[in-house]
Amino acid sequence: MADFVNGFWNMYVIVIVLVSILACAVLLYIQGKAKFTPGKTMGHVWDDTLEEYNNPMPKWWSWMFIITVVFGLVYLVLFPGLGALPGVLGWSSVGQYKIERARMDEAVQPLFQKYEAMPIPAVAADKQAMEMGKRLYLTYCMQCHGADARGAKGFPNLTDGDWLYGGEPDQLKQTIAEGRMGVMPPHAQLGADTIKDLANYVRAMSGLPNDAVRAAKGKEAFTSAGCIGCHGPDGKGNLAIGAPNLTDNVWLYGSSEATIIQTITDGRQNKMPAWKAFLGDAKIQLLAAYVYSLSHQGK
Amino acid sequence: MSGTQTTYNDKVVRQFAVMTVIWGIVGMLVGVIIAAQLVWPELNIGPWLHFGRLRPLHTNAVIFAFGGCALFATSYWVVQRTCHTRLWGGPLIPFTFWGWQLIILLAAVTLPLGITTGKEYAELEWPIDILITLVWVAYAVVFFGTIAVRKVSHIYVANWFFGAFIIAVALLHLGNSAEMPVSLTKSYSMYSGVQDAMVQWWYGHNAVGFFLTAGFLGMMYYFVPKQAGRPVYSYRLSVVHFWALIFTYMWAGPHHLHYTALPDWTQSIGMVFSLILLAPSWGGMINGIMTLSGAWHKLRDDPILKFLITSLSFYGMSTFEGPMMSIKTVNALSHYTDWTVGHVHSGALGWVAMVSIGSIYYLLPKLFGKTEMYSTKLVTTHFWIATIGTVLYIASMWIAGVMQGLMWRAVNADGTLAYSFVESVKGSYPFWAIRVLGGALFLTGMLIMAYNMFKTIAGGKTVDVPVVAPAGHHA
Repeated sequence: MADFVNGFWNMYVIVIVLVSILACAVLLYIQGKAKFTPGKTMGHVWDDTLEEYNNPMPKWWSWMFIITVVFGLVYLVLFPGLGALPGVLGWSSVGQYKIERARMDEAVQPLFQKYEAMPIPAVAADKQAMEMGKRLYLTYCMQCHGADARGAKGFPNLTDGDWLYGGEPDQLKQTIAEGRMGVMPPHAQLGADTIKDLANYVRAMSGLPNDAVRAAKGKEAFTSAGCIGCHGPDGKGNLAIGAPNLTDNVWLYGSSEATIIQTITDGRQNKMPAWKAFLGDAKIQLLAAYVYSLSHQGK
Repeated sequence: MSGTQTTYNDKVVRQFAVMTVIWGIVGMLVGVIIAAQLVWPELNIGPWLHFGRLRPLHTNAVIFAFGGCALFATSYWVVQRTCHTRLWGGPLIPFTFWGWQLIILLAAVTLPLGITTGKEYAELEWPIDILITLVWVAYAVVFFGTIAVRKVSHIYVANWFFGAFIIAVALLHLGNSAEMPVSLTKSYSMYSGVQDAMVQWWYGHNAVGFFLTAGFLGMMYYFVPKQAGRPVYSYRLSVVHFWALIFTYMWAGPHHLHYTALPDWTQSIGMVFSLILLAPSWGGMINGIMTLSGAWHKLRDDPILKFLITSLSFYGMSTFEGPMMSIKTVNALSHYTDWTVGHVHSGALGWVAMVSIGSIYYLLPKLFGKTEMYSTKLVTTHFWIATIGTVLYIASMWIAGVMQGLMWRAVNADGTLAYSFVESVKGSYPFWAIRVLGGALFLTGMLIMAYNMFKTIAGGKTVDVPVVAPAGHHA
């Protein structure tokens, strides 16, 4: 009923649909009763030569018309189509989706069940499990992290063994199931000069070329501006809040001075969506194991 | 010829007929370019020549420029001949020609600039929409004005279809283009959400039904019996299929929105009426093809008749395919794939373009004081090239479309997708290449037609033809 503001429109739709279909049948019936004179024209001539035969409509064609009309009426009784009436069969497109989804879930459940109790490293060592994990990855994760899992700007590389929130089994599972919100606050208030100093210091920590004078000033600012609160006094970051390690030369947004200045000035916001409700624990177990295997290959 | 005798107004027919060929070449060239862009993405040069902007240019050019000019030319010719009177409307007549050309030029400029409403087949922005409305009203006044001053009491069947096409397109254009302007070049639709989608496809499918079907059936009802020299097969069939066609087409739009947020009951109605539409559509095909019974031999050496009858065969095929694709379970496979593109082109190339080409070939010599085209052989060549091009196009799209549909729905034993989207893109490349070939062949045919047309015009002289007196005129 939700499709109509009131019951009138429901009735309106039902009546106009039925009348319209029946009108087709009535039209065919009335015209079919006309007097036919096969092979003779109607007696009108246009433009010297244009005439029309008074032939009857082909029988097979009339029958085809009738069959589609009858089919249409039967279909509208069986399926939703007459206003808000649900249809005798009780079919709905949402219902069809739910049934197909449940059937598929049930069919694949045994495949996933045996891995649920296994520890992640053991699942990661199982060939069949990793084939399934890879397919899950290519269906759900590839869009952001890439087909080769090497990520892109703003999307972490999953193969390099460097982790924002940790690469241990439980940490991986939590990241996938609950999602993560990464926030680097903006620091424009520090002023362009200080931010440039900081950028040079950050580059220095990763062993990248830098302005030594600015880097030295940046080192002081790193403490006084409060960067150490999240990134730590040694700049090695904090897995608990996803603060990146600034000393390992791994970059989510880029290592150029300009990019780092932008990161500090404007801040960064990032999000890994939570998959628990959509995928369920069993699939997350396999995905976590697959991601685990990416940085533990050959071990 | 005496100065007092009334003559037909063939000047406007001449103008529209020539522009049909010109815009046909332009529209199909853009089609070949965007088909090539899918095979070689490097061809997307700058924002102006990007696929996203050229695609609406292609659809607008072939439907409204090529198809539109063909409909203007033929309807103006037919309504004068079958009403036994000169076209009525004075200055409104040249206004429809120049106004329509201006609309086409504005489309060719604004669409590559990215000025668009974003509504498929109705992309032109509101100032152009207003111009379309003015031209269309003028067209209706001219057409129905001519009907009103006719010298025979019965209105010939071709005019029913032209009339329905003119009225319905006006209704569709006004309904779908209701929009709120925010600047000279930007407006927003009056509808939102699923209602907008429904209005869009009510318009979109009836653009097919009335612009691309009813109008061209009007063309068919004049040029097929004329060229065949035979009476129309069944008057009664034309009555039933006309009323049933214009009545049921209006309902079929929701089949474009199966398995979407559109309520189930609306989807069901769209599907049911699409199926009921099969017989009314085939009525036109039967009436056209059966008109030839007793004169089949004429097909052998008359390339114009070849075009007309082949177009009816493609019409029958695509109006069978359409109802089948509207069935929900079939649509679940075909929707969003190249099958839809193939279906559209079996209608657009096979039916709309071929019936137009045949009709224009019929008209050209008569419009320029000749008895036949400069080269009948080239017409035959055009016919075969166009037919092969069409078959290559639609067959490649069928295969690509079914393949895409099957790949997208294939799942592994563990419930994951068997193919990533890009794999289906990769698999489609060979068929997209065949499509480019098919489209290029069809375009080549149009170039041959243009050569033949200019050779026919050259040295010809336009004569004012006196209006034919109604046969057995007994008031």
